[in-house]
Amino acid sequence: MATVLVVTSGKGGVGKTTSTAALGAALAQTGQNVVVVDFDVGLRNLDLVMGAERRVVFDLINVVQGDAKLPQALIRDKRLDTLSLLPASQTRDKDALTAEGVTRVIGELREKFDWVICDSPAGIERGAMLAMRHADMAVVVTNPEVSSVRDSDRIIGMLDSKTVKAEKGERLEKHLLLTRYDPARAARGEMLNTEDVLEILSIPLLGIIPESEEVLRSSNLGTPVTLGNPNSAPARAYFEAARRLKGETLVVTVPTERRSFVGRLFGRRAVA
Amino acid sequence: MNLLSLFRRNNSAPVARERLQVLLAHERAFVGQSDLLAVLQEEIIAVIAKHVTIEREKIQIKLDRGDPVSTLEIDVEVPSYAAAAAIRRRERSLPAAAT
Repeated sequence: MATVLVVTSGKGGVGKTTSTAALGAALAQTGQNVVVVDFDVGLRNLDLVMGAERRVVFDLINVVQGDAKLPQALIRDKRLDTLSLLPASQTRDKDALTAEGVTRVIGELREKFDWVICDSPAGIERGAMLAMRHADMAVVVTNPEVSSVRDSDRIIGMLDSKTVKAEKGERLEKHLLLTRYDPARAARGEMLNTEDVLEILSIPLLGIIPESEEVLRSSNLGTPVTLGNPNSAPARAYFEAARRLKGETLVVTVPTERRSFVGRLFGRRAVA
Repeated sequence: MNLLSLFRRNNSAPVARERLQVLLAHERAFVGQSDLLAVLQEEIIAVIAKHVTIEREKIQIKLDRGDPVSTLEIDVEVPSYAAAAAIRRRERSLPAAAT
C-alpha cells in the first residue's frame, strides 16, 4: 500500500526540497518505487535539485487540468529507475491547482508507487495546504532557530486539523527532521539543541541532518546527496531517516564527516 | 566587560528556548483568534462609549504575553467636560457635513 508523505515546514529555506530529494533517493535505493512531487507552483526547484531541469515537458498543473496524462509528466531518474519526479509548473498561476485535481492525481500516484513524497511550498497558502491534504505521514523540516521552530509549530497545528486524515479523526504520523544542525554550537549553548526543539514541538524525531558543505555541493551538481555522496555525513543521516520512515527503530545519531588520513593531515577533506 | 560576561556571551540558546515556550503557549491557545486584539478593542470601545464620551484614537490596547501570566493593558483617555462637549458637537455635525 502506498504511503503519501508531505515534506513541509512553514518557513522557507530550511531544506524541504533538499530533504525531499535526499529522502526520495534514499528510499528508492532500497528498491521502493518512489515519486517526488513538487507542489511549489511558480517557483519550482525540485527539478533543479534532482538534476532533471532540462527534461521537464509536462507538469503537475497539466495533469491536474487534464492537458497531459500522468505518465507523460512523470520524469524517471536517469541514475535510479525506482525514482520519479512530477515537476511543478513554472509559469501557471498557482490557483490552477484545484483540490479536485490534486485528489485525482494523488489517487493515481498511489496506484503506481510505494511512496508519494510531496514537496510543500513555504507558507500556509493554497499550495502548502494542498501538498499536505492527502498525507498519511508528514516530515516537518526545522532548523534550530526561533522563527523556524515557531513556523513548524503552526504547520503541526494545520497537519492536525486541515488534512483528510485529521478530518476523518485518524492519526497522521508527524516526524521532525532537524536540519542544518551544528552539534558543537548546540553543545556550547549557542544554538537550540535537539532536546529543546523536541520538547517545544513534541513530535518524534526522524533524524538530525548536520550542517554540511556537501548539501550545497549536491544541489550545485543536481544530485540528491544520498545518491551523489552516500558516505557523507548528511547522506548517512538521510539514509537513517529513510529507514525510520520504513518503520525501523534506530537510535538517532548526528553523523560526522569521515576524514581520510591525508585530509586530516592537511586539515581539510582530501577528495572533493 | 568582565570575564564572566565574556563566558556567558554565547549562551543565547536558553533565551531562544524560553522565548519560544512562552510565545507558543499563547499562539496555541489563540489558534483561530488571530484578530483577538481587534475584536477586544471594538467591544471595549463600544462599552465605554455607552457611558463616557471618548475619542476612538485615544484608546490603546496592549497585550503583553508573559509567563505565568499575561497582562492586558487598556489605556483610555477620558476628556474633560468641555472637551467631551466639543467631541459630541463634532460628532453630531459630521453626518450633516458629509451630505
